[in-house]
Amino acid sequence: MERIEKSASYKMSASDINLKILAYTVVGIFALICLIPFVVMTSSSFNLESDIIKNGYCLFPRKFSLLAYKVIFSAPDRLIGSYILTICNTLLGTTIGLFLISMTGYVLQRPDYAYRNAISFYIYFTTLFSGGLVPYYLLITRGLHLKDNYLVLLIPGLMNPWLIILMKNFMKSIPHEITESAKIDGAGDFTIFIKLILPLAKPALATVGLFLALGYWNEWFNGMLFLSTTMKYKPLQLYLYEIITKADMLRNTPASKYIPPQNLPTETAKLATAVIATGPIVLAYPFVQRYFIKGITIGAVKG
Amino acid sequence: MSSKSKSNAWKTFKQNKTLVIMSLPAIVFFFIFSYIPMPGIYIAFTDYRYDLGIFKSPFVGFENFRFLIESGDLLRLVRNTVLYNIAFILVGNIFQIFLALLLNEINNRTYRKITQSFMLLPHFISYVLVGLFVYNVMNYDYGLLNILLKKVGLNPIPTYSNPDIWPYVLVAVNLWKNAGYGSIIYFATLTSIDPEIIESAMIDGASHVQKIRYILLPLLRPTFVILLLFSLGGILRGDFGLFYNVVGATNALLYEKTDIIETFVFRSLVNDFNFSMASAVSFFQSVFGFFLVVFTNWLVKKIEPDYALF
Repeated sequence: MERIEKSASYKMSASDINLKILAYTVVGIFALICLIPFVVMTSSSFNLESDIIKNGYCLFPRKFSLLAYKVIFSAPDRLIGSYILTICNTLLGTTIGLFLISMTGYVLQRPDYAYRNAISFYIYFTTLFSGGLVPYYLLITRGLHLKDNYLVLLIPGLMNPWLIILMKNFMKSIPHEITESAKIDGAGDFTIFIKLILPLAKPALATVGLFLALGYWNEWFNGMLFLSTTMKYKPLQLYLYEIITKADMLRNTPASKYIPPQNLPTETAKLATAVIATGPIVLAYPFVQRYFIKGITIGAVKG
Repeated sequence: MSSKSKSNAWKTFKQNKTLVIMSLPAIVFFFIFSYIPMPGIYIAFTDYRYDLGIFKSPFVGFENFRFLIESGDLLRLVRNTVLYNIAFILVGNIFQIFLALLLNEINNRTYRKITQSFMLLPHFISYVLVGLFVYNVMNYDYGLLNILLKKVGLNPIPTYSNPDIWPYVLVAVNLWKNAGYGSIIYFATLTSIDPEIIESAMIDGASHVQKIRYILLPLLRPTFVILLLFSLGGILRGDFGLFYNVVGATNALLYEKTDIIETFVFRSLVNDFNFSMASAVSFFQSVFGFFLVVFTNWLVKKIEPDYALF
């Protein structure tokens, strides 16, 4: 493919060259549009609040200031608590979810499993029809008594039909002969799954794991519905949401004793909180990107 | 005869015992979180009282639906949800295909990798953060939009009280968040095309534009049709995270243009404690959504039988 493009480039016509220029510019511009909000957020969080209000947000800090970070770290316990909560939730949820999803995905594609179609449909049907938010709300609060329980952030996100289907499609690409020959050697199904299949499914585990981790890191909905506003520690994104939407959240920080309320850097403090809440997932992303792109490519193109 | 088939069933079960145990977590999980709530949809036909519970609350038949239709709420919600989805699907897919075709023209791998990384970034962040970004652009006093308007000497727009601009904003935000991700799927289809087809066309003197027009676009058509059809099935489902964080669920000034089924249900449940009304809207969404998916699957079967889901 690369070679053909090169040999063809000898006789590139004017329209071909125009197309290349268009491709490089449009893709470049859109990539920048995707990136710039993150740069503006970070730069502005290091800028002086009064300057932002006068001149707007900035691409590079115009008047460097750490005040916003000082304010949010003046009472760091809530932020740190939210951080620890979110990290634990993400690690636990991703590990348990990955185990359950890969086990289900493996079993459901086993051609010798008698109930595979029935169970696949049982799982798939939940994407077609649901009771809606109200019965779900009643189930969590009155049936399972998970209101104000941190488990509500963990359990409902462990599995979802789409990730199981994605995993099942991956597992199909692992030759069934491996399972068969291991069975002849006397290995049990669970042992085969743990010892032989899991190590072979690394790209799938990376992709689904990333989806799960993203879900847990970005979780705010269940927290908002099921955790009382009085609870001290919130998932990180919900904490960010409260900082953004509730003006008095920042007014109550210890730093506000020393800074007159009209000078409290509320806008930049929101941005600083956003930088802190988003940082890890964006920083981790370059390391998993390779698997991720490969993963959604294989999962999406039905083969 | 019946005892024989019974013993066969038992034998099959025994042979699959370990596999059954291994699928048990998923069976239990979906039973609890998806199947148990299903009968709860009955709330839509009751005047729900928290102290009495679902099945002891007084039955009112279609009263809740009548109210929703007469108040005009249902019409507005369905219209908004459907129109937004159509806009998201069409604008989104066309732009994603456009991006994928352009990415395919980029020979420099480093450039492609870097731009792809940037384009995927929005997919990785929460809607809470997206909401903050949009607020930074849209807010009245020092948002980017009004600062620009003031700089060129125009009057600032009262953004959060003007419903007419929000459809554009929401479509743009949706595009921004999902374009990079979606373009990967189309790009993957492009890279899986047999290079010989393109090679022979190039030898015959086809230009790059002709290559796109006559080879690549037709080859992308099935992927496009399938994605289109499947999003058709979900056309009554709105993106709560997007609408709630970008617009807010309680800004009544904007309801006419921004209220979707999900935001209404959420508001009825959390702010108004009107469980019956929320359920009635959900009922409509679930039942019609179900028929839409079944209909879509039937369509897919006719067009590309291999892609049908069931």
